[in-house]
Amino acid sequence: MRASETIAMTTGSPDSTRTATELRGVPPRGERLIEMALAGAGLLTVFTTVGILMVLAVESFEFLKQVGITALIFDTQWTPLFADKHFGLWPLLAGTALTSLIAIAVALPLGLLSAIFMSELASERARKILKPALEMLAGVPTIVYGYFALVVVTPLLQRVIPDLGGFNALSAGLVMGIMIMPLIASLTEDALYSVPRSLREAAYALGASKVPTILRVVVPAAMGGISASVILAVSRAVGETMIVAIAAGQEPHLTLDPRVPIETMTAYIVQVSLGDTPAGTLEYRTIFVVGTALFLLTFGMNVLSYRLSRRFRGAT
Amino acid sequence: MRPAVFQSTPPPRPSPVKLGVDQVRAWFGSHQVLHGIDMQIPEQSVTAIIGPSGCGKSTLIRSLNRMHELTEGARLEGRITLDGVDVYGKDVDPVLLRRRVGMVFQKPNPFPSMSIRDNVLAGLRLTRSLDRSRAAEITETALRGAALWDEVKDRLDTPGVSLSGGQQQRLCIARSLAVAPEVLLMDEPCSALDPVATSRIEDLIHTLKTTYTIVIVTHNMQQAARVSDYTAFLLTGELVEFSETNRLFTSPRDTRTEDYITGKFG
Ligand SMILES: Nc1ncnc2c1ncn2[C@@H]1O[C@H](COP(=O)(O)OP(=O)(O)OP(=O)(O)O)[C@@H](O)[C@H]1O
Ligand SMILES: [Mg+2]
Repeated sequence: MRASETIAMTTGSPDSTRTATELRGVPPRGERLIEMALAGAGLLTVFTTVGILMVLAVESFEFLKQVGITALIFDTQWTPLFADKHFGLWPLLAGTALTSLIAIAVALPLGLLSAIFMSELASERARKILKPALEMLAGVPTIVYGYFALVVVTPLLQRVIPDLGGFNALSAGLVMGIMIMPLIASLTEDALYSVPRSLREAAYALGASKVPTILRVVVPAAMGGISASVILAVSRAVGETMIVAIAAGQEPHLTLDPRVPIETMTAYIVQVSLGDTPAGTLEYRTIFVVGTALFLLTFGMNVLSYRLSRRFRGAT
Repeated sequence: MRPAVFQSTPPPRPSPVKLGVDQVRAWFGSHQVLHGIDMQIPEQSVTAIIGPSGCGKSTLIRSLNRMHELTEGARLEGRITLDGVDVYGKDVDPVLLRRRVGMVFQKPNPFPSMSIRDNVLAGLRLTRSLDRSRAAEITETALRGAALWDEVKDRLDTPGVSLSGGQQQRLCIARSLAVAPEVLLMDEPCSALDPVATSRIEDLIHTLKTTYTIVIVTHNMQQAARVSDYTAFLLTGELVEFSETNRLFTSPRDTRTEDYITGKFG
């Protein structure tokens, strides 16, 4: 549609018709087209999601028909690609939990501190340098982080921890922490920044100095946004693939020892997807089972994040 | 001892000056907002600051407890004294000053994450000066002082923000009282409240002035007339008139004051 037509349609018609249509206005056609396009885009994402869920459900169902759910829950080994097959999910869950915990242990304090620094303490100039720098950190492709963990962090750590494996959960988790730190920092900074000025002033007017005001007034008031950001970051860590696939090894072990190689759920999916496992086989279906577990986990966390931010918002 | 009949009533002694404002000029960036204000605010009295919107009332009251300087680019010249001591002096800590000069804001702003009790004790906790064994007593005294105790004594642990607007404002007053200030600054404390809540706060101001020196900014001239002993009329950053409230409202010295209080402008 050409611009001139749009204008002709949307600008008012001559006076003769005006009295008749004055109240019974019909939205101009251009507007309806845009609405339809938007609805179409919305539906597309809904269909994609539903499609993914259906594939996950169908393949997982096929898998469960063959293997049964007890194997998933009660076996402690995950060896679907070996001759002696075991389908216990725990080693993969432990791998994911371990790397994510290490990542959060790094990202949470660093992210909170830098958010507090940027929002409350830094001068306008320092903030103008820091925030883009942090956001750049978030823009680094994860494969770069993966190799950084493998070829820089692991050798460095091995000087301190001699029995650290060439592949290990520790350096993958640490680097993943660096990767998700900007997410926490940026969302937390937003949350702190949106705490009304009047609350800070109330604290200052009571004779509070800066640090107590930040820690006991501003941070609690921003708690909803902060906890949502943390859960989002955990969910991101759980779903992170490249770093763990490259630097953590691909050996499912049921362990919480960060020095040894492990395998996360995501890394397992990569491993099988990149291999030559034929479609329709049991091995092939395992990636959908793992995918379903991963989905349920991150979905649960997103719901929690939503609930938390709503509960805290309700309190303010 | 001389018989009582011979005692003459002493002339009303002018109460000592609590806050002195001397040639105060204030800026936001390059925009000068106050152009040399002089005021002597007597102890244990209520002083109202009136004037049209934007004339600098908030700026003036906020410079009394050094809240003005918290705004980026804000600047101030001149002298402000508390009991004769320059509050902008080099060795004065604004944090300590604000414990002696409390402030209540236009919009009630209780801390959203805290219960009623914690709101009252917030000032003491934030300044690490809370004596735990006295917490209950301080809470009750402050809430009674703010005429809120009877309404909230059974629900001290509910969130402060669950109260009505007028109750929240009294909670904010209680919060200020709990740190035992000497001066209470109030910047349009009733402008967000309905008439009933407003008259409760006005009654409260009457009671509080026996203990505290109160400075109140108000848009409402009837309110100024009702609650204050002295009134300052501010116009575009200049102090047009400062005198006893009765006098200012009945026989203003300046025609601009007269125009303003008779509603000719503003
Ligand atoms: N944070 C600020 N930054 C820049 N200028 C400001 C700021 N706050 C106030 N001003 C300006 O200072 C002048 C005085 O403002 P002030 O808030 O003291 O007025 P006021 O008398 O309290 O008005 P009102 O009755 O509307 O509250 C106004 O011109 C205003 O635009
Ligand atoms: Mg004001």
